[in-house]
Amino acid sequence: METTFRPYSSSDSLRSDRSAGDRQRHRQKVRESIRDNIADLIAEESIIGKDKDKIIKVPIRGVKEYRFIYGENVPGVGQGDGNSQPGQVIGRSQGEGRGQGQDKAGDQPGVDYYETDVTLEELIEIMFEDLELPDMERKILREVMSERLSKRKGYRRAGIRIRLDKKRTAVARIRRRLAVARSRGDDWDEERRFPFHDDDLIYRHMVEDVRPESNAVVLCIMDTSGSMDTMKKYLARSFFFLLYQFVCTKYRNVRIVFLAHHTESREVTEEEFFHKGESGGTFISSGYNKALEIIQERYHPSLWNIYAFHCSDGDNFESDNPAALKAAKQLCEVCNLFGYGEIKPLGSRYYESSMLNIFRRLEADNFQTVLIERKEDIWPSFKAFLAKERHREAEVAAET
Amino acid sequence: MADWDVRDLEYWDEKIREKVEEFGLSCYPQEFEICDHFQMLGYMAYSGMPSHYPHWSYGKSYEKLKTMYDYGVSGLPYEMVINSSPALAYLMRDNSLCLQVLTVAHVYGHNDFFKNNFTFKSTRAELTLNVFKIHADRIRGYIEDPSIGIEKVEPVLDAAHALSLQCRRNLAIKKLSLEEERERVLDVAQPVPDPFQRVHKRQEYTAPDFHKVPLSPEEDLLLFIRDHNPYLSEWERDLLSIAHEEAQYFIPQIETKIMNEGWASYWHREILNSLHLPQDLHLEFLVRHNQVVRPFPRGSLNPYHLGLKVWDDIKRRHDEPTREEIEKYGKPTKTGTQAIFEAREVDRDVSFLRRFLTEELMREMDMFQYEPRGDELVIAKVSDKDSWREVKETLLKNVGMGSVPVIKIEDADYSHNRALYLKHSHDSRDLQLEYAERTLAYLHQLWGHEVILETVVNGKKVLLSYSDKGFSTKPLK
Repeated sequence: METTFRPYSSSDSLRSDRSAGDRQRHRQKVRESIRDNIADLIAEESIIGKDKDKIIKVPIRGVKEYRFIYGENVPGVGQGDGNSQPGQVIGRSQGEGRGQGQDKAGDQPGVDYYETDVTLEELIEIMFEDLELPDMERKILREVMSERLSKRKGYRRAGIRIRLDKKRTAVARIRRRLAVARSRGDDWDEERRFPFHDDDLIYRHMVEDVRPESNAVVLCIMDTSGSMDTMKKYLARSFFFLLYQFVCTKYRNVRIVFLAHHTESREVTEEEFFHKGESGGTFISSGYNKALEIIQERYHPSLWNIYAFHCSDGDNFESDNPAALKAAKQLCEVCNLFGYGEIKPLGSRYYESSMLNIFRRLEADNFQTVLIERKEDIWPSFKAFLAKERHREAEVAAET
Repeated sequence: MADWDVRDLEYWDEKIREKVEEFGLSCYPQEFEICDHFQMLGYMAYSGMPSHYPHWSYGKSYEKLKTMYDYGVSGLPYEMVINSSPALAYLMRDNSLCLQVLTVAHVYGHNDFFKNNFTFKSTRAELTLNVFKIHADRIRGYIEDPSIGIEKVEPVLDAAHALSLQCRRNLAIKKLSLEEERERVLDVAQPVPDPFQRVHKRQEYTAPDFHKVPLSPEEDLLLFIRDHNPYLSEWERDLLSIAHEEAQYFIPQIETKIMNEGWASYWHREILNSLHLPQDLHLEFLVRHNQVVRPFPRGSLNPYHLGLKVWDDIKRRHDEPTREEIEKYGKPTKTGTQAIFEAREVDRDVSFLRRFLTEELMREMDMFQYEPRGDELVIAKVSDKDSWREVKETLLKNVGMGSVPVIKIEDADYSHNRALYLKHSHDSRDLQLEYAERTLAYLHQLWGHEVILETVVNGKKVLLSYSDKGFSTKPLK
């Protein structure tokens, strides 16, 4: 029998982060898992309207390692301190999907369930990874300046030292020396010192690069009438919250306009839009007309890509329907996409009137409606809004 | 920082080895590597192997270990030994001299157990490190191969990991080749010789059905799929073999956890007590030793504690039996030392506890059986006169591979469309259905046709099946 001791070597230790690759792969899987479960997460009320830095506990489902195991109703054997009696409670059983957060990670074999912390911002980023505002045309003229980048454009005799182009400067000196040598004729000594002259110095010239970024404005129109009860308002706000977060994450230069309407309509701030309630009857046309008015005033369709989204319970005054339809038609003409989300919590569909039937008469490519019945629908409908156009683009691309 | 250097370790190691020989332990050559806690976490994530193939589950395991370590939920083990020859053990650089000495002694205990216990005979310790290295190289090769790549390797490994423990448990029993299996089936089909052949009616002989695949229920799921799914490519077969071999390598350790830890704890205590440690080291040793072998607070069993208790009890009962014990179990025929050395060779946790965990010991340790009732875990039975046997049976069911359901392939051509029919040997414990569903999905992925599992849920026979259309269940009439 022999024994060897291999002493500690710090260089081995430094080089031996062997699990780095597997950790990264695992993190990718966690991210995928979050994305797959995003609809459930969005439905959690705690997320909506919260700060970006808020940390959210996300249950990870996709990265469990499944095997055949026994269920939770299986008895086990433990050891006590000498006074164990039948009937004593020794702990909580670890049913899954319940009491999240209280369970310690993996302190019972087989139960492979844990949570990870992500910030809301991260979550939103994951959610929107592959969504885009559809059909973004490049509207000219008014360019919202995107990032201030500089790009190279030509050379100058004057400039700051850091932009000195050494190669060109050296070439200029050689050129001058050759010229001087020729002009001197035989009188020239090859070995003679020939220093740089101010005239040799050549600087790169930089200009500010204004990248034309398409201009977009998103109009969020929400019904705040009396018939919009807490649940409906919550659903509508959740939807707009997503939209708002999405637009903020993806596009730096997108304007957002918030409109709240009942029988009248007014422009509100973000704060008011997400947190204030109102009451009154419903004239959907008022919201649309206000939107048209704002577009006319500030965001001319020839310069701006316009996206309008409207959430309502569809409980419009009958007399207003023709006007609403007409205004919707006009909106379709000026907007790249006009989306209408009807919020009908389960069951209420049967006795309330619906704008969906009326809007069916509207034939426009860039008009889209969805029905939101419960909170789980928010994410799919949101995706449907933004995916429709992309889908068509893909078809066009496939044809060409 | 550490209060020792390698020379100290060598000094103590020499003394410990003298004792190891004196006590009659027989070990593989031993190699110690001194590492820091990052390396230790790394080794732990990869089951101690210096070289191991990559898979995200090891990254997950690392993150989990690191989080628990960072938040102080669990410390790091003082030591980690792997079953190989030479046996490879890691010592943590930041541990005190006393802990190192204790660890070294403990490691020799494991080393002796690896070398002598019958369950480890199949692991070919001298090849361990090479085998793992070769597996790692092969899998890395597949990942780097542009025609395969990680996207294809990973799903196969995921599925293989899910099923790798569904294999034969007792590796001391030889696996029959197809030829031998045929002969066995023929033998079984022969009618039992009847001494009254002349007066009795002639016995019916039913010829065995050799077209049936498998001939008798098959427990090695991965190997069976490897050999019977013709659509797998070579590299996929290789991945299945690798996952299977790894599982087989670790099964002896799963099967002897309690014995093995108890054995190592027994010997580190004996060795350190005989070393005449300086007083400060000795006091620290007592503290550390008790930390390791004390029972866990209510709930689960500490294998170190349970194992050590039983080994001590065997030794005492053979050396100094009480009168009641002689009445009850008879006069011991062996010395305590003979008895424990025999048990370390021929037992594994199930047989070890069945043979040596006595009613008295269970009562002394206050062992109880708990059951979930609603949201709570409630003590159902304690080790009193009436129910200690039941508590013991429950314990035996749950140790070692007992916590892995036994599932065997019955038929690979069920209803003549290549559906794979498996049967769970139900022993009053139901499967966790969500896990069963997902694992069946993996099985379906590897098999390529429908897979059907017969099991029992809430007392009723049920067929769980996974096909191209997804998961379904139906009651079995």
